[in-house]
Amino acid sequence: MQRSVRTPYDRVVMAVPVTIPYVRYSIESAQWWISRALKALVDGAGITPRDIDGFCVSSFTAGLDSGIGLTQHFGLCVRWIDTIPLGGASAIAALRRAARAVQAGDARIVACVAGDTNHVDSFRHTLENFSRFNQDAVYPYGAGGANASFALIARNYMRTFGARREDFGKIAVAQRSNALRNPHALMKAPLTIEQYMSARPIADPLHLFDCVMPCAGAEAFLVMGEDIAASLKLPAARILATIERHNAFGDDPVQVRGGWAMDIDELYAMAGVQPDDLDFVETYDDYPVISMMQFEDLGFCKKGEGPDFVRQHDLTIDGTFPHNTSGGQLSVGQAGAGGAYLGVVEALRQVLGLAGSTQVRNARIGLASGFGMINYDRGLASAAAILAGSGA
Amino acid sequence: MIEPIARPRRKNPLLRTRLPTSPPGARSRASHGFTRAAAEGRFMLQRCDACGTFCYPARDACPACLSADLAFADAPRRGTLLSETTLHIPADVHFRERAPWRVGLVALECGPRLVTHLHADCEEGMPVVMSFQLDKSGQAVAFAQPERETPNMTDDRQWREMTADPKFRRVLVTNGRSIVGQEMVAALKAAGASIVFVGIAEPWKPFRGEDALRAQEGVEIVPLDVGDEKSVADLAADIGGKVDILVNTTEHVRAGGLLDRQGTSVVRDEIDQSYLGFVHLAQAFGPAMRMRGSDGVNNAAAWVNILSVYALANWPVFGAYSASQAACLSLSHCLRAELRPGGVKVVNVFTGPLDIEWFQTVPPPKVAPRAVATAIVSALKRGLEDVFVGDVAEDIRRRLAANPKAVERELGA
Amino acid sequence: MDSSGLMQFAGAVASGAVRVVDLTFTLSPDFPVIVLPPEFGQAAPVRIQRISQYDAAGPAWYWNNLTFGEHTGTHFDAPIHWFTGKDLPNNSVDTLPLRDMIAPACVIDCSAQAAKDPDFLLSIPVVEAWEKSHGRIPPRHWVLLRTDWSKKGWRDYANLKDDGAHTPGPDAAVMRWLVEERGVIGFGTETIGTDAGQAGHLDPPYPAHHFLHGSGRYGLQCLCNLDQLPPTGAVIVAAPLKIQNGSGSPLRVLALLPAGQA
Repeated sequence: MQRSVRTPYDRVVMAVPVTIPYVRYSIESAQWWISRALKALVDGAGITPRDIDGFCVSSFTAGLDSGIGLTQHFGLCVRWIDTIPLGGASAIAALRRAARAVQAGDARIVACVAGDTNHVDSFRHTLENFSRFNQDAVYPYGAGGANASFALIARNYMRTFGARREDFGKIAVAQRSNALRNPHALMKAPLTIEQYMSARPIADPLHLFDCVMPCAGAEAFLVMGEDIAASLKLPAARILATIERHNAFGDDPVQVRGGWAMDIDELYAMAGVQPDDLDFVETYDDYPVISMMQFEDLGFCKKGEGPDFVRQHDLTIDGTFPHNTSGGQLSVGQAGAGGAYLGVVEALRQVLGLAGSTQVRNARIGLASGFGMINYDRGLASAAAILAGSGA
Repeated sequence: MIEPIARPRRKNPLLRTRLPTSPPGARSRASHGFTRAAAEGRFMLQRCDACGTFCYPARDACPACLSADLAFADAPRRGTLLSETTLHIPADVHFRERAPWRVGLVALECGPRLVTHLHADCEEGMPVVMSFQLDKSGQAVAFAQPERETPNMTDDRQWREMTADPKFRRVLVTNGRSIVGQEMVAALKAAGASIVFVGIAEPWKPFRGEDALRAQEGVEIVPLDVGDEKSVADLAADIGGKVDILVNTTEHVRAGGLLDRQGTSVVRDEIDQSYLGFVHLAQAFGPAMRMRGSDGVNNAAAWVNILSVYALANWPVFGAYSASQAACLSLSHCLRAELRPGGVKVVNVFTGPLDIEWFQTVPPPKVAPRAVATAIVSALKRGLEDVFVGDVAEDIRRRLAANPKAVERELGA
Repeated sequence: MDSSGLMQFAGAVASGAVRVVDLTFTLSPDFPVIVLPPEFGQAAPVRIQRISQYDAAGPAWYWNNLTFGEHTGTHFDAPIHWFTGKDLPNNSVDTLPLRDMIAPACVIDCSAQAAKDPDFLLSIPVVEAWEKSHGRIPPRHWVLLRTDWSKKGWRDYANLKDDGAHTPGPDAAVMRWLVEERGVIGFGTETIGTDAGQAGHLDPPYPAHHFLHGSGRYGLQCLCNLDQLPPTGAVIVAAPLKIQNGSGSPLRVLALLPAGQA
């Protein structure tokens, strides 16, 4: 294994995994949802809002507000602040920024939050204002969302690597099975592979159960010095390694790999572990094909071997390769930017042994990855993190 | 395999008319380089002046070398279809009404990749030919067609949305007295228009070509004096709901400028016929056309103006005429914006001097009336918006792009 | 006349004892107008532009703007209209004597001849034959040429061929004779123009215009309902608009005649 040149995440930890249960439609604002997560963070940590001196927020529906407006809205006085618009990579990006700030002494306790509401027209509004390239060169084609873009990617992936709908279905079905153990998952009905296969088409080859359900919700965690976590008596996780890469492989005609493929060796080198050492993986599952791509790019198999990997493994909580143990976005729901945090917060719970009914037995080390911002024809943002609990 | 379009049946008067919706119409400023290309039927991309890289979507700096010199240039149209999907449940109202809708990703031979609308005969992995078309929001979108011609190609449902093909549509040619008008009628019938209404003013005055016009099948002569608001309103009351394409063939050409004329009686005629005539037609026919932009196979699709290229730059020998044409050109832009919510295109066809009596002393090259008619049918079938017919019009267009002041002086010499 | 005669007259009009016949075509955009060679200035077509009609542009009222040439529809020609009358005194519609606007008329029926020949020309012998039956044409009378042309559809009314219009009118000799030998106050026709359609080829060209206006007399054209008038006995009211230095105007031409006479 190569040696890493990256500075280790010494003396900084993650604590207090927070999920504000999702609802399909909410009349509240994003600010309201973000504030619920902040409240849960301070209550969970046994601190007051005044103790938060770092704040990082991600949201698609906060309208006119970025992080700075929210400081006054919520009564936070901070010496470190960031607003991260990286879609599904926002949580790990937030983690990376906050951890370095705490390490450098620029902040003591950083709240990392993502929250989004879902009004009946939220989704359309988000799509219309997603990015300039999207406005100019995708939205006018009737895509109305990422479905068409990912359909093109999925179809190419199937043609190129021989993935079948059944392979994607297996991922979705396993996640639904996991979600049935998650009382907060919005999808409550079991899903069989037959139901997956016969579901109505959305944009070939994507059918109903390939798509997440947009909803309202919030997710959050705290990043703080190891010593502070100890003084507060908080279960805390270490960050073994992170990577982040944007707009990688721009010359690939159609996206078949994400940025992780460029830096994955560095992730494991920095963490000092191998892929086999991981007890669970939380991929960013906006579509099953992207999860399959992550299995390849995160080092679990070679490029193109994703279909076979899925066929060979049991992806449920108690299976051979526990994956998206809370049910993932496909079964829990996608609460806007909260979707970036869903896997990271679940990973934090897993390594802290706080996952309750979705707990992977003896989980100590796990990987969470993020992906997103399909600016035009491919997801630009990618990130991954390996977390470890105290037992690791 | 494209099924040929069936001739539309008579409209059911008991059913509500489907109202027009627009595809997403927001675009960045740089993107309007494609609008211009689509309007003229050109395929253009930004090409970096410093390193020669073609890029897409439109942007403000070269992704290869960061240069800001990204002028739009004509680009090769050929590409390969990398991937395609059929949208069954689009989120957008406009496309939801038209689902299933096929889009794809094309890799151009010159480099960039385009998300594009697809002709039904495009196949994954096969070569395609790209164009930019003006969609029902009047904005440019990419469109891929198979490289080789296929049967009933122009009947492709998605292609028909981007164009104003006369086939099975009902057309009003506003002035059948002129040769251009008569050639227009013939060309439209040949292109498959189901009926052509031809306006004739002052029917008590005979005109050349009248017998031939009356003898044609599917051609109906109607009274229309565009200078008389009641005449226009009365015709619209009769046939306004059946005009899918309107071709304004009003022709009033007189030589003369300002100082070589006495009084304004000729100018008044120019304004009365060309400018007020335009206003009357727009007020009488515009609202119904706008409302019928999504009304089936023979929906309202286009309004065509025949303008002198000297609308763009005054030619003092025909100075008053040039000015009245310029006024009509400005009106046409107003009309274009007002008809856009209905998805109805306003097509401006610019010509140099026509080969007609009123330009008799002008030396060649002049534009044959038949050439105007052919150009209009072609523009409708290709969905163009700004068309220059003949050598003089093209010459003026190029010279204006290079230096308008030179054009002004040279025309005024 | 004392005032009681005038009051009697007014009462007779009101009661119908004096019949009023409208010799006027409705002024509308589709009525044929004179067509001159395209190089010349053309008479403006009639345009009626609605300003408002109990709508947002004017909630309680209806009114129009009008455009027309002085010589469109049923209209009056003043002497100033032709070069031969350009220097005569009181030769425009705003200066001509008021008393000339009310004058009796002789109606000469040439409808049979015109039906056979669209280029029929009224000549001295025809008028003399008429005078044998109805008496010599008195001075200061209108002579109205009845041809029933006004009953035709517009196409036949204008009767344009590729050598111009073919409509009936007077020949040169009879016009000079009517002006000089009979002292007519004016000449009226049912056609577009007091002159025949092919009068450009007569000598002098357009003799009705030439001789009438050259002697300070008037023209009326596009008249209708002449078939309702007796050969003699009708009184014509023809008061053109008072247009500043006007050469003519569309107007209402009324014929007054005792009821029961036709």
